[in-house]
Amino acid sequence: MASSLWCRIGVGLLALLAVFALLAPVLAPYDPLRQSLDHDLIAHSFEHPLGTDKLGRDILSRTMYGGRISLMVGISTVVLSLAIGLLFGSVSGYFGGWIDHALMRLVDILMAFPGILLAIAFTAVLGPGLDHVILALCLIGWTGYARLVRGEILSLREREFIQAARALGCRPKRIILRHLLPNLIPPLMIQATFGLAAAIVAEGSLSFLGLGVEPPTPSWGAMLNDGRQFLLVAPHLTTYPGLALMLTVLALNLVGDALQDRLNYRNR
Amino acid sequence: MNRYLLQRLGLLLPTLLGALSLVFVLVHLIPGDPVEVMLGETASGADKQELRRTLGLDQPLGTQYGSFLVKLAGADLGRSLYEQASVAAIIGSRLPATLELAACAMFAAILISFPLAILATVFPGGWIDRFALWFSLLGLSLPNFWLGPLLMILFSLQLGWLPVSGRGTWSHLVLPALTLGLGMAAIVTRMLRASLLQVMGEEFVRTARAKGLSETRVWLKHTLRNAMLSVTTILSLQFGSLLAGSLITETIFSWPGLGRLTIQAIQTRDYPLVQGCVLVIATSYVLVNFCTDLLYKVIDPRVSYGE
Repeated sequence: MASSLWCRIGVGLLALLAVFALLAPVLAPYDPLRQSLDHDLIAHSFEHPLGTDKLGRDILSRTMYGGRISLMVGISTVVLSLAIGLLFGSVSGYFGGWIDHALMRLVDILMAFPGILLAIAFTAVLGPGLDHVILALCLIGWTGYARLVRGEILSLREREFIQAARALGCRPKRIILRHLLPNLIPPLMIQATFGLAAAIVAEGSLSFLGLGVEPPTPSWGAMLNDGRQFLLVAPHLTTYPGLALMLTVLALNLVGDALQDRLNYRNR
Repeated sequence: MNRYLLQRLGLLLPTLLGALSLVFVLVHLIPGDPVEVMLGETASGADKQELRRTLGLDQPLGTQYGSFLVKLAGADLGRSLYEQASVAAIIGSRLPATLELAACAMFAAILISFPLAILATVFPGGWIDRFALWFSLLGLSLPNFWLGPLLMILFSLQLGWLPVSGRGTWSHLVLPALTLGLGMAAIVTRMLRASLLQVMGEEFVRTARAKGLSETRVWLKHTLRNAMLSVTTILSLQFGSLLAGSLITETIFSWPGLGRLTIQAIQTRDYPLVQGCVLVIATSYVLVNFCTDLLYKVIDPRVSYGE
């Protein structure tokens, strides 16, 4: 695929979705929590372009506000996981020895679980809620970054510029922060893009199962779950939040693929 | 091979023990008094004490952990709080349905992805190649909790071809297997296509052709076999994910398997059952990965582990 074109399409789509989500308080036609039982399960109308749900709440407004939750959970998860993974991965890769062994066994154990299962188990134990969702997703998310950072550092630390820095008497902290980290940015950018997509889907899955954001807060996953009971009479309840979720993930995948193509090409 | 097996076993056991310990810790993470969480605040003191004794929560943590491991060794996962049966028996009755679904999903994924990836590689840059790329991109972007309802609307509610939910005949299996398998098909298509393209550029393939081998033999004996290594990894990792993915798919299609049981146990706060289900899924995942490591050696005898 012409990666730059698809990257631009992905970025454009993401920007559009982000604007809708972030400016939801301004752009949304209704309060997403406002119920109107006289106007329940409307498919499409001038007042409600995307229809209403069983409680008469506006689907367009709820989908826009749902995007805020998805983006917030996704970005928080990626930032926190990245920070933890970066710390553990660089310590593990740079110092090696028993620290590396212990940290990598911990990573192995956490990776022994299918990610979503561990997230479901944690939110089941801790209870639903936005902070618990982010915590659960970070718990499974940091391991991938730690592995990546460790692997990159293992290959970088034997390079001449690192050995030169060491010979000049640079401290480990300076070598990691000034010399190793800048070289880690490209692979981490790619991983973070795909990680953001994965976190958004995981949040949707948890909310779909009733373990994510608590009702009545709008979330794409929870909206899909609500709509399941009305598939025959009101398919629009599942169509629009699902479409928004798919487009977000598709845009992130397009950007991730394009970044991968471009950065790998540059590395070659 | 024996040395390789021993080395992999040496890694498997600590990982498995770590995973089991994590599951044990999970139940002890319940904020406040877990017994109160399970029974509710209105339960009598005697009921709480009885449950605490049943679960062994009146013992010190170290003793509880030791007893947990001893019981596990005897396949004793405790008793369900509500179903008046052992957790092992309940899981045993639901596991076949999940394995059936996971196997069919994997079969569907292979059936879709292998021909698609091979055709895309045979005709690079053609319409089928572009279709394969878009299929994998869209397949990866479609969460199964949306795909399931979409398939249900189309094939069950609009066309009336397939049942909406339940388990019984093969027709009940089609939609859940497709929902679960499509994401996997997308990943395998992408991986196999990339892997095949890479292998086809290798010199040994050119040599095989130069030797005058038939195109079928070049493909089956040289190209596909060498491309299979990375695909095997993905297939095995995905099989574990299928078990986890069954939590959502089984809930959507009311499939009476382990995934739906886990969600029902979570909803009723039946923690011994939740612990048992998580344990079985995680152990299966670890064991599938272990078997994959062994399979590498069969597919590619050059594979070694720290030898």
